[in-house]
Amino acid sequence: MIVYKRPEALSKVPMHYCPGCTHGIVHRLVAEVIDELKIENDTVGVAPVGCAVFAYNYFECDFIEASHGRAPAVATGIKRTHPDKIVFTYQGDGDLAAIGTAETVHAAARGENITIIFINNTNYGMTGGQMAPTTMPGQVTTTSPYGRQKMIQGNPIHVCEMLSTLDGVAYAERVAVNNVKNVRAAKRAIKKAFQNQIDKKGLSIVEVLSTCPTNWGMSPTDALKFVDEKMIPFYPLGVYADRNAMGGETSDK
Amino acid sequence: MAKVLIKGNEAVAEAAIRSGCRYYFGYPITPQTEIAEYMAKKMPTVGGLCLQAESEVAAINMVYGASASGVRVMTSSSSPGISLKSEGVSYIVGCDLPCVILNVQRGGPGLGGIQPSQSDYYQATKALGHGDMQLFVLAPSSVQEMAQLTADAFGIADKYRMPVLLLADGALGQMMEPVDFDALKFTPEPEKPWAVNGHGGKRKKNIITSLFLKPEELEANVLERDKKYKEVDANEVRYENYLCDDADIIIVSFGITARISKAAVNEARKQGVKAGLLRPITLSPFPSEILNKLADNASAFLSVELNMGQMVNDVKLATECKKPVYFYGRTGGSLMSSDDVLDEIKKISGGLK
Amino acid sequence: MTNKIILAGFGGQGILFLGKKLASAGMEKDLNVTWLPSYGPEQRGGTCNCSVILSDTDISSPIISNPDTLVAFNIQSYEKFMPKINAGGVLFADSTLIDKRPERDDIKAYFIPATQIANDLGTPKLVNVVMLGYLIKNTDFFDKDYIRSYLTDSLPASKASLREANGKAFDAGYGYNE
Repeated sequence: MIVYKRPEALSKVPMHYCPGCTHGIVHRLVAEVIDELKIENDTVGVAPVGCAVFAYNYFECDFIEASHGRAPAVATGIKRTHPDKIVFTYQGDGDLAAIGTAETVHAAARGENITIIFINNTNYGMTGGQMAPTTMPGQVTTTSPYGRQKMIQGNPIHVCEMLSTLDGVAYAERVAVNNVKNVRAAKRAIKKAFQNQIDKKGLSIVEVLSTCPTNWGMSPTDALKFVDEKMIPFYPLGVYADRNAMGGETSDK
Repeated sequence: MAKVLIKGNEAVAEAAIRSGCRYYFGYPITPQTEIAEYMAKKMPTVGGLCLQAESEVAAINMVYGASASGVRVMTSSSSPGISLKSEGVSYIVGCDLPCVILNVQRGGPGLGGIQPSQSDYYQATKALGHGDMQLFVLAPSSVQEMAQLTADAFGIADKYRMPVLLLADGALGQMMEPVDFDALKFTPEPEKPWAVNGHGGKRKKNIITSLFLKPEELEANVLERDKKYKEVDANEVRYENYLCDDADIIIVSFGITARISKAAVNEARKQGVKAGLLRPITLSPFPSEILNKLADNASAFLSVELNMGQMVNDVKLATECKKPVYFYGRTGGSLMSSDDVLDEIKKISGGLK
Repeated sequence: MTNKIILAGFGGQGILFLGKKLASAGMEKDLNVTWLPSYGPEQRGGTCNCSVILSDTDISSPIISNPDTLVAFNIQSYEKFMPKINAGGVLFADSTLIDKRPERDDIKAYFIPATQIANDLGTPKLVNVVMLGYLIKNTDFFDKDYIRSYLTDSLPASKASLREANGKAFDAGYGYNE
């Protein structure tokens, strides 16, 4: 009996992510969900600019690389012209919550029937650890070298909380992937976010608290602890919105 | 064939729909807003979609997504909005995707004005986006041509997998003229096996990206695209040659100013000056070859534009200093009259004697 | 033959409509025509104008700096455009709202209390149609019967009363003698 195998939707190529980075876990969870829902044939992924820029190399479904922050607009263009296909974006915090805030908020407000996988690792990973809109107060990054200060760099954004106020959002949940229990919960959330799209409920977003050991300057295990001790208290896990926002046919039992 | 009296902007929208375009993404800006309004009214009746985006940036990226998924799609804007679109345009070029973009030009820079202008010539033909890139640029000069060139634009975009920009102006967008839609010619949409719309288990996955981190890969990609541009240069140049063959003074002018110049040419001929008009219909590719040929027999060229002198430099390059090239233009939203152009012709012909 | 016509007044006086009627009637007669509205913030202030060109040759620019014909519906338009009328040109003006007379003798001037007439007919919105009738009588743009039926036939047959009102307004303008 096979108890563990590579998901079909995950490509057989080595990933470029740093040791201890949790992007790989999230990729795997998304691929497992695509397998379980049997949607690979009909799925189009939208990659961001950020560490996941090469996501298109790691999934077996069709993929397009968006410009920085515009993934929700690109996804809108695909979904609106192909309403029966499954369209998801995979975006980091700089992409989704800084340069792409307008695209994110308006796709959410319109209730675009898409799925957003949002990686929050509190910094810009690809460019080398600069401050992100999700960098926490006091947190040191290369562009907040004295720690993020309210009066200088301003406050961070709580994305799930913000988006949950918009009527077009069917589902917003914050999860983490720093231990087995949380990984399982993350998988359930991601699956629900795709199922919602099949059910035409509106926009679903799963915010995944993720690690960036390289830029945080930590060992992978310390990075996992950091998620527990610093991130989860500031970014509480949980469901922020769960409703049939756009009146789609529900498969809820 | 019944003609209808219709605004240039609306003629573009109607021609796009008749060309099989079922998706329009845009954002309101004067003087082209009628397109979004027309699309919003018409698209639902033909099973299409008009979506008002949150910004020009979002609109062009929606076009990017829609085009990548294999449909005919367009957006439109006016000068400041076109600048915002330049990011998305560069990606669309970098991914070799087709789409149609309309710029109903107004004066600039900055917020500028809202009256007619041709001051985005450089932007359209040289640099609507970063990187080694070109657009196919068409310049209509009547409302009928706004419609026909829109139809042509979809065919060209699909054929070469590149964005086609229609460069109009506030006068062409806002004015009404009779249009015979039954006379339009259309190009059927080809198969798009490269599209990202779900592989259906029937083919390998498609990836659409403009990212090439290895210099040799990016160079190969750009060289490949350059072949396409050379093919376009060789096959797609269009222009109107009006009385140029025996002309002493050849006006080069596109769009609304070409009409004004044509009236000046007619008047000049009546007054004994052999004038002609070479009207580029494609600004990119530019009709360099014919201009170079005409430079052998003509005495001088006069570029007439609604800007401070942009296309005039392309005319100089094309004619290789064989003959003097003069410039006459107005800017800021003012138009010249045909008498103004006639005066310029006379100045030049006087100087030539 | 080329006639450059500027129609100008307040928003709500049916000026753009009147211009479109002239242009589309010209189109049906196989003339070259253009119609160009003033656009942008200007129209928010309540003033409104459009340029119509009717020609049997190609029309170069749709923009008119000096009209052959001015149809003025308020004093602002009169003051702005009257001095620009080409010598030998024609002025039509609504004398209900314009109490001045041109101090130049190189143009023909026709005044009609169009607003008053439209009000008296009980159809104040048809001031533009009253003006149209008067314009047709005093120009050779179009044959009277052609333009009158072109006007009324363009209204839906279901709106018989509207057709009748338009016909009456047209006739009142056509029959007016200064």
